[in-house]
Amino acid sequence: MTGLSVGDVVAERTVHLDRESLVRYAGASGDFNPIHYRDDVAARVGLPGVLAHGMLTMGLASSVVVAWLGDAGRILEYGVRFTRPVLVDAETGADVTVVAKVGVLDDETARIDLTVTHADTTVLGKAQVRVRLH
Amino acid sequence: MPVNPDLVGRAFAPTAPYLVGREKVREFARAVFATDPQHTDPAAARALGYADVVAPPTFAMVIQDLTLQQLLAEPDAGIALERTIHAEQRFRYTRPIVAGDELVAQLSITGVRAVGAGAMVTSEAEITDAAGAHVVTATSILLIGGDE
Repeated sequence: MTGLSVGDVVAERTVHLDRESLVRYAGASGDFNPIHYRDDVAARVGLPGVLAHGMLTMGLASSVVVAWLGDAGRILEYGVRFTRPVLVDAETGADVTVVAKVGVLDDETARIDLTVTHADTTVLGKAQVRVRLH
Repeated sequence: MPVNPDLVGRAFAPTAPYLVGREKVREFARAVFATDPQHTDPAAARALGYADVVAPPTFAMVIQDLTLQQLLAEPDAGIALERTIHAEQRFRYTRPIVAGDELVAQLSITGVRAVGAGAMVTSEAEITDAAGAHVVTATSILLIGGDE
């Protein structure tokens, strides 16, 4: 992995989520909190609608980085703050866009900064992946 | 009941061993839109030097979740799921999780800080393999709302 510069966009992808995506993630992860698939429960706890699991958003964002790296073993550290919810409409779903950019670079490692947006709003804060370059 | 500050430093039992299955890795990879063949094709994973398919980075949460269940089950913790918000998540890896791993997680609470009527709890899970070697440390920051 050579020829990188700070500011380079190394990967970019938009993922479309629908209710099936949320149920699939619930089953795969074991997180069956009903706010992620039941409108009535979401409404009862005061949410504007059914939300994607924060860990689904974090997970799909790392998938974009792994596809670029070609080896998940190059990821040394990955952290995010969950700052805004991703509302997944029953009819239209939700698009989540991930842009991965080189934030910091040295000889051995890079910090990849992720901008993750839904409906023109950033949904993850300080989403950073530290990766091994070789 | 407010969050109990004595959780910091409390000793918890290690979780029962979790055997990572190949089909579970494939299922999780599909759920997080991880399309790289290392997650689904054992030959692709072997070409990278792994014994079997490689789990996506956030699969560690499935193991960490076992420790969060322990935390919620502590009778004096003062942490109720319905008042809990997942505020931050971090993973620090020695190596990726691969199918065939038998993993154990050790819970520790490294911080309880009052925030208004509630608290910010830092919950750490150190995940090790059958040989006792470090695989990944997963850290969650949970915001626990006050119960009025």
